[in-house]
Amino acid sequence: MSATRQPASTKGVNRSHRTRARAQTHLWVVQRVTAMLLALAVVVHLVMIVTAVRGGLSAAEILSRTRGNEAWLAFYVTFALAAGLHGAIGLRNIASEAIGLRGRGADLAWLTAGLLTAGFGIRAAIGLYA
Amino acid sequence: MAEAASLTVSVWRGAEQGSFARFEVPARANQTVLDVVTYIQRELDPSLAYRFACRVGMCGSCAMTVNGRARWTCRTHVRKVVDADGALELRPLANLPVIRDLAADLAPFFDKWSRARGTFQPKDAPDGAVPEDFAVVPPASKQRREADAGIECIGCAVCYASCDVVAWNDEYLGPAALNRAWTLVNDVRDGGRAERLDAVAGDAGCHSCHSTQSCTERCPKNLDPSSAIAGLKRALFWDTLLGRR
Repeated sequence: MSATRQPASTKGVNRSHRTRARAQTHLWVVQRVTAMLLALAVVVHLVMIVTAVRGGLSAAEILSRTRGNEAWLAFYVTFALAAGLHGAIGLRNIASEAIGLRGRGADLAWLTAGLLTAGFGIRAAIGLYA
Repeated sequence: MAEAASLTVSVWRGAEQGSFARFEVPARANQTVLDVVTYIQRELDPSLAYRFACRVGMCGSCAMTVNGRARWTCRTHVRKVVDADGALELRPLANLPVIRDLAADLAPFFDKWSRARGTFQPKDAPDGAVPEDFAVVPPASKQRREADAGIECIGCAVCYASCDVVAWNDEYLGPAALNRAWTLVNDVRDGGRAERLDAVAGDAGCHSCHSTQSCTERCPKNLDPSSAIAGLKRALFWDTLLGRR
């Protein structure tokens, strides 16, 4: 235990600790902000599902709504980005606590996974728009 | 509850590795768990190691795990925690190295206070000199009330031993250190805010807290470290979002 001890210094916080802590804080802030976005986006999404299926669901009907519509494109791009990042950061936290998967490498891998997931969603949204 | 004539007390003996020893202790009226431990050491087994000082809930040194829960043994009446057949189980505080028997090593706990910048850094006298004038801090101001809410901590480590996040991540600073940091963040005389917020940010700091509030539930002083940690998160959220750090 004594090996993990750090003397109480009155000088600045260890630089690498600060850089790491800031990166971790950014991930946390991103997760909270995306949570707020998702709270809204999921409601819009569910209302959309319920109203859209009333007249029967068809590819043509969906495309007639989304094709060439910048508002829906912006909505789904934001939605996909928020969902991808939010999910990956959440899984990162679970993995770090449950199986001790921690560190810069793991964080970068999770961030990549999040952006990739978001990328697939954004690609689909563009597909519906174009 | 029917009072048993004697208590069956299982006491942890050893360090990290060890086993329970059983003692029969006469049950008495108004008996505290510390009385029971003291009886065992004085009458039954003088080699038992445990720690206490004030016996009246001021020093915080007698905290142990009593029937699975961290408590001050001096302020815990046996009748409140004992089951119907008079059984008590005593262990050292959890989440800390064990020195011997019921004495836990609190060094990692206090090291984390200093890592969380738990030291007051006077704004007007950075080198520790006495400021020329008294600081006027209105008692009703928001910051003063936030600081007051957490200032009575005596560092007994009951919250630290009760925290799941400490158990999962031994880098985590823990409720007491973060509570201390929050009182200083709200101290208008303190000049170390930026450094302190850096020290308590991230996975080892406030951002790992799940707000399950075992610390608040178990604090013998009825403090609310969980809200203090939420305060740190809030401060860091806005500072980060608005680019103030």
